[in-house]
Amino acid sequence: MQYAHDPALLLARFQFAFTVGVHIIFPAFSIGLAAYLAVLEGLWLRTGRPVFLDLYRYWIKVFSIVFGMGVVSGLVMSYEFGTNWSIFSKKAGPITGVLLSYEVMTAFFLEAGFLGVMLFGMNKVGRKLHFAATCCVSVGTLISMTWILSSNSWMQTPRGYTIDPATGRFMPADWLAIIFNPSFPFRLVHMGLAAFLSVAFIVGATGAWHMLKARKAGKISSEPVRVMFSMAMWMAAIVAPLQILAGDAHGLNTLKYQPVKIAAMEGDWVSEDHAPELLFGIPNMKTEHTDYAIRLPLAGSLILTHSLNGKVPGMKDFPRDQRPPSPVIFFSFRIMVALGMLMMLVGLWSLWLRRNSTLFTNPVFHRVALCMAPAGFLALLCGWVTTEVGRQPWTVYGLLRTSDSVSPVALSSMAFSMTAFVVVYVLVFGSGLGILVRMLRRAPQEGEHDTPPGHATEILAARMHPGVIDPSTGKGA
Amino acid sequence: MMDFAYWLPIVWAVILVAAISIYVVLDGFDLGIGMLFALERHPDRRDVMVNTIAPVWDGNETWMVLGGAVLYGVFPGAYATLLPAFYLPIVLMLLALIFRGVAFEFRVMTRGTGREGMWNAGFMAGSAIAAFCQGAILGGVVQGIKVVDGAFAGGPLDWLTPFSILCGLSVMCGYALLGATWLIWRTTGVLEESCRRWAARLAVGLFIGIVAVSLWTPLLHAPYLRRWTDWPNIAFVAPVPVLVVVLGALFVMGLRRGHSRGPFLCALGWFFLCLSGLGITVWPYAVPPGLTLWDVSSPPSSQFFQLIGTAILLPIILTYTIYSYHVFRGKVTETDGYH
Repeated sequence: MQYAHDPALLLARFQFAFTVGVHIIFPAFSIGLAAYLAVLEGLWLRTGRPVFLDLYRYWIKVFSIVFGMGVVSGLVMSYEFGTNWSIFSKKAGPITGVLLSYEVMTAFFLEAGFLGVMLFGMNKVGRKLHFAATCCVSVGTLISMTWILSSNSWMQTPRGYTIDPATGRFMPADWLAIIFNPSFPFRLVHMGLAAFLSVAFIVGATGAWHMLKARKAGKISSEPVRVMFSMAMWMAAIVAPLQILAGDAHGLNTLKYQPVKIAAMEGDWVSEDHAPELLFGIPNMKTEHTDYAIRLPLAGSLILTHSLNGKVPGMKDFPRDQRPPSPVIFFSFRIMVALGMLMMLVGLWSLWLRRNSTLFTNPVFHRVALCMAPAGFLALLCGWVTTEVGRQPWTVYGLLRTSDSVSPVALSSMAFSMTAFVVVYVLVFGSGLGILVRMLRRAPQEGEHDTPPGHATEILAARMHPGVIDPSTGKGA
Repeated sequence: MMDFAYWLPIVWAVILVAAISIYVVLDGFDLGIGMLFALERHPDRRDVMVNTIAPVWDGNETWMVLGGAVLYGVFPGAYATLLPAFYLPIVLMLLALIFRGVAFEFRVMTRGTGREGMWNAGFMAGSAIAAFCQGAILGGVVQGIKVVDGAFAGGPLDWLTPFSILCGLSVMCGYALLGATWLIWRTTGVLEESCRRWAARLAVGLFIGIVAVSLWTPLLHAPYLRRWTDWPNIAFVAPVPVLVVVLGALFVMGLRRGHSRGPFLCALGWFFLCLSGLGITVWPYAVPPGLTLWDVSSPPSSQFFQLIGTAILLPIILTYTIYSYHVFRGKVTETDGYH
């Protein structure tokens, strides 16, 4: 097994995981936030209530930062397939490369083309066209997600291809079967909901922070703060339960097409009916046993097959060299599920408080909502670790091994670039995070609507100089 | 089917060269403006420089993503050999573009915190390094890479030669010229005057670079020389150097007579001619000296499927890209609310 011992391969994998792990945060953030901005601007146009414009202007500053970081970290990805996984690119490029090209042409250009108008153009194109630009950007983020998840799902559940015997290349035979491969719809729904949920919890935590601050100062929190908090909690209450249903359906789909991934996620070694669910344990790949297991009887069968006596797979059904590393995904999966449950509880709690009209006055709930700020993104990352590490030891599931996909790049180059990526990413995205936190600590204000919507210069000014703008007048200090 | 397999790669080579040209032109002036930060120290004028490109740079950089994606989907054999061969300059370029890209926002967001200087430096250095790497990679492709059994088989620093360094420096000079002429078009006053001075010097630098690369390239491989000197090729390729000189004359005239758009268009013309010249030189190789376009192509079913989408989508993309430029047309000044 070259797989476990080749340091260049391990570095290539770690580097890819690191860069894509950092990257994925930003598109997910953009997907959720662009949709939120489109809703805010739509509500403002429809109701004329200034609070929606205040919130739009508040969050569009965040969006411009997040989107920029998404663009630059995404550019890396479009070349990293070739730098790190050249054999994979050569063999699967006729399929995955084409899907990526469609993503660029249908989504990236749309987003980037209308982003300028969205950020800078309100006084130049008028309200309706500006709203159209916001919608284009939002639709662009959704189209982008669709293509990249189709490509990713094809790597998990490949369909619609033939393999050229001479070169080992994947040849497209049926594009519809490739795009709509069996795991794609489930992954798309699960990821889309994850993006919305992640942003809902960031917006909710921002609202909670400003309500706690207002309370400390003995003031009543402002209308924009209450509106954003309420909208975020509606989102949590509705989407979190849906997400758990979607996750369950995705799990059943994985059981059908990638049973060994499920066995590794569950730490199950022997296939059995009436299977328990392991609440905790430490799977040991060498001894083929899960140590320190805490079992919940029958729950394993119930969760995976929706019946008490359903048969669940075990890792011993599969050769050793086809099993994904269970210790990683056993935990990433459990952290994701636990965070999902917590998010659902917060959503349900918000419904209860709303009924009692204490949503805006319960400080304990606000503290919980604040702590839950990163919950969505953490769950999203854990979910990605689960599905991608769970795909191992393959890049194209069951057909092309990761160890056979890697580029012929010298270990020294790989080590240099790994170091450079870590240093640059920590510096750049660390600074970005700092800037975002500073922005969000500044409360959204009522009164930014004093500026007529025709004067986008004020948006610009506020975007460019958040520190020197007096938000109550919208004029530069 | 044979015809299909023959013509599709040619069509795609043309589209790819067009996409790369659009990228070079659009992001070229962005990166050039970044490098001109080295010459313009005044904070207000720096803001004007950035504001001329702030609404459009995202879209400009997307052409580079398209280039990568098209190479990956249509010429995976080239993608899989070129990227490992140019591993270090590509990684360096990507990291430089990260600094450049975030600096647009960060340099303003950190204003007054003492860290703005760092992001201004990042904007400048990121632009310069990215430009150099792009030129060096281009030069590296032209000089050829070592391929065995369809995979890169050379060392990590094979690309680094006097020729690729010359190409890197020429591209830096050329991008700075694009940036300066763009600013002549889009700005007024002191900044425009400075740009006219810079443009004159940068044009001299680029002209020397073009001559040097043009004389050096045919010496790299015998077929390159034959491409330019054999009859009847020479009849078709001779206009390229002639046009370079003609554009040079037009450029000098435009600059002297105070034209606002002329110098930029001449600089664009130069880039177009250089890329055409390089295309003519390496044709029909995708990875010189060994792999042709057909060697590195994905199957016709991939290329055809992608061509349908491209034929529909590319005109739409160009339309709204032009619309976006149209919205932000006109001179940008220090007092029009962009800072």
